[in-house]
Amino acid sequence: MSETARSLIFGGLAVLAVFLAAAWDLPRRWLGAPLDLLPPLLVCAALGRRPGGWRLVAVLGGLARDSWSANPLGASILPLYLTGWFLHARRDLLSRELVFAQLTLGTIASAVIPLFTLGLVMTFGPPPVLGWWLAGQWVALAVTGGLLTPVVFRGMGRLDRWFAHPVVETSAFRPDREILRGRY
Amino acid sequence: MSSKPQWLAFGGVLLLTLTLLSLPPTAATRIKQVVGGVYLPLFGAVGAARELTALAADAVTPRRVLRRRLTALEAENRRLRIELEQARTAREENRRLRELLGWRQTSPWRLKAARVIARDPAAWWRTVFINAGLRDGLKPNLPVLAAEGLVGRLGTVGEVTSEVLLVGEPKCRVAVVVRETGENGVLTQLAGGLWDHRLVTLTHLPRSTRLQPGQTVYTSGLGGIFPAGLPVGTVVDWRTVGYGLYTEARVRLLADTSRLREVMVVMP
Repeated sequence: MSETARSLIFGGLAVLAVFLAAAWDLPRRWLGAPLDLLPPLLVCAALGRRPGGWRLVAVLGGLARDSWSANPLGASILPLYLTGWFLHARRDLLSRELVFAQLTLGTIASAVIPLFTLGLVMTFGPPPVLGWWLAGQWVALAVTGGLLTPVVFRGMGRLDRWFAHPVVETSAFRPDREILRGRY
Repeated sequence: MSSKPQWLAFGGVLLLTLTLLSLPPTAATRIKQVVGGVYLPLFGAVGAARELTALAADAVTPRRVLRRRLTALEAENRRLRIELEQARTAREENRRLRELLGWRQTSPWRLKAARVIARDPAAWWRTVFINAGLRDGLKPNLPVLAAEGLVGRLGTVGEVTSEVLLVGEPKCRVAVVVRETGENGVLTQLAGGLWDHRLVTLTHLPRSTRLQPGQTVYTSGLGGIFPAGLPVGTVVDWRTVGYGLYTEARVRLLADTSRLREVMVVMP
């Protein structure tokens, strides 16, 4: 799959992730917090080669989230963008193959992004509803975000394989090492 | 991290963010509605899927269960008819007494049903979105009810969707009265612990209060947004605050706002 197509898929998934968080009620009832797929998507996109994917996740996802929220418009874009930028800039130092590494990065991103967004909301908008229950929701967001990150990595890996050319199996046979028998 | 295109892109995003954050509220609301409009087909599809699921569930419900439910509904219907007759008599009496005293007649509520289609993806707001808007005659600030009691009021109203500010949201303050004591107060924001989202704070109660747990709280009609007499919740506990100057209580809302599916908007 080309990098452009991959970036566009990430952008589309970010838009769908906001829809899922707004419309799917079940996780909110069980966990007390919505299922936020934007941080896991951002982590997965930011550890890729090109910056297009995480930029689209940050801008489209942030804009879409603020449209279905009482947040001031634009408050979610910058936290997503800066987190994506940080991860992308250090992608050579970060492990992306191990499930534990994915889980850790997803948890940290899912914990940091809401805090940063809340800071911007409190700076630019009306005061939000704060309390101990919000701390509980924050923990739930971080944990579910962490758990979902390896799932997103798996899903994107499978998508890559679907759209990529099949890998040519290299044979162990080498013609220059062939033992020729018979008369020459 | 220091490459020029990266910084240029960051500058662009920063500029976009600052521009969006400094937009006047009407422009920001309009952009929100336009971007949110992209999702409407998805919400429509989800609504259709839910209806289909409900239809399928109806189709496979055994006849025996339906008959039992019908019997229960008939019994409830008979009870409600009697209560309706009593209410009619009381209303007629109320009308006559109002005429005698020269009081203005109150108009009955007109209700508009709507379905909850989305909730705020951010955890720090208490808002939901319903599938009715300007096209259905809705206007900002109209009260929103569930079967159990008051839910909140309308915030931003779009063409086909509207935002509902739930009770407990700082922007949705409700003037209430405790029925048993007649004390007036204002419901402000959530007072719950870690998991309870139905507890809200009732402030501005007098210092010498006669509150008891279990007493019922209704809208008082003060403030002009909510009509008087809408059930809101029950008193859980209370304490004196402000160095004993006034009392603050915790009220448990009757309507479970986390499980809202359908709501009713009180039309003017």
